[in-house]
Amino acid sequence: MNPKIIDEEKLRSNNYLGQDILAPAKNWHVFLSLTIALILNFLPLQGNFLILRPDFVAITMLFWCVNQPQRVGMSIAFCLGLMMDVNNANILGQHALAYCVIVYFALILRRRLRMFSLLQQAPQIGFILLIMQIIIVLIALLSDSNFPGWHFFLASVTGVFLWAPLSFILCIPLRPKPDPDAL
Amino acid sequence: METTPQFFRHGPGPLARLMFFALLSCTLMAADLRFKYFPELRPAIAVIIYPLQKLAHFPAHIYDRVEEFFASFHLIQENNFLRQRYLTDREQLVRLQALKAENKQLRKLLGAVEQIETNTVAKAVMAEILYTPRDPFSHKTTLNKGRHHNIKKGQIVVDDKGIIGQITQVYQWVSEVTLITDKDHSVPIQIVRNSLRSVISGAGKNNELELRYLSVNTDIQENDLLVTSGIGGVYPSGIPVAKVTKIDRNPADTFARIISTPIAGVDRNRQVLILSLVPPLPNNPAETSDIEPQNH
Repeated sequence: MNPKIIDEEKLRSNNYLGQDILAPAKNWHVFLSLTIALILNFLPLQGNFLILRPDFVAITMLFWCVNQPQRVGMSIAFCLGLMMDVNNANILGQHALAYCVIVYFALILRRRLRMFSLLQQAPQIGFILLIMQIIIVLIALLSDSNFPGWHFFLASVTGVFLWAPLSFILCIPLRPKPDPDAL
Repeated sequence: METTPQFFRHGPGPLARLMFFALLSCTLMAADLRFKYFPELRPAIAVIIYPLQKLAHFPAHIYDRVEEFFASFHLIQENNFLRQRYLTDREQLVRLQALKAENKQLRKLLGAVEQIETNTVAKAVMAEILYTPRDPFSHKTTLNKGRHHNIKKGQIVVDDKGIIGQITQVYQWVSEVTLITDKDHSVPIQIVRNSLRSVISGAGKNNELELRYLSVNTDIQENDLLVTSGIGGVYPSGIPVAKVTKIDRNPADTFARIISTPIAGVDRNRQVLILSLVPPLPNNPAETSDIEPQNH
């Protein structure tokens, strides 16, 4: 038996314990954030913006799954996916399946993800987003579509950059307010 | 804190839930692709997301309004230009009518069958393209006219140059156009130069159409203009569809590879026309046997 050399530096739990404990989100807060994400996804963009546009709904859902897993479950993900499918005029169920899969990954990885800071979480979220896009491409290919080209996956990259700012914004109403009456 | 988190009620585990929803979405996909079991589901969801779409299009709407406002400064010039245009078009229309009469006369002399009165364009509805979907798989766009404006499935969408596509899905206030570049969409066409008939299909790529199953020795050249032949009764005849751009004749293959580009601004325009055609009744009932167009 050779005991593993454990890096003391990594074991320090200060970073983790130093995180704010977020207040449970109110229902309207979750609803509002998802609605705004849907509207952002529906924005009529063209050209390069269209290629680079991240999937706001997916990122918002991932945020809620990682931070407050009781709020957004697979049924909501499924319904949102159907809405995206109707808006995009593609096969009904394509985005629904992809969203359910990323919610699953977020649910099983969420404890691990919470160990990291927002910036460290971003690349891991990027992988989840990439899995989602791969599922979408696979379904499209199975239904006789052409491969859209590798630039299709750039949306995951922009999603990585968006994760930290978006999480920060979504966290603001959840932060515990300093109690003015506290001693 | 008004709400207490539900710590102990979890329900089935994530994997079980994933399996359930994966099964559900696979069923939906199969139903949507092959069997068309739930035709009402899509319009129902469309009604739900309509307000959100409207909100999302609001900035573009405002932008259009502002642009319109600035454009109104050139109204007099535009008016003059359009009047001139109208006169020249009018002149051509008169000539066309004369030619039509002459053609009828000549046909009579030749003893040829009178040209079947093809479906006349009853009226055209002006529509605006709301948006093109975000993902690159579907060659469809959404127009801002729907069932509310008497739009029906199967109507033709054109712009000032040629055919854009066909309406395949009608919702309450919007409708979906399948572009001619869609892989599953084909148009019966005719080459203007030698009136060779064929069927052109989308290639599934932007700005590309394919003429399939034309043999290597077919008389077709680059820059040939392809117009609708009017066969099938869906498209009116004589509307430009595409121009042949590339012919690849490989003697080893049975068929030539013919690529053409659509003439209409399939992915460029904002304003389009939806033609309402009255499909002609087939006078030979034997032709309309029970052969249904098959989905494959």
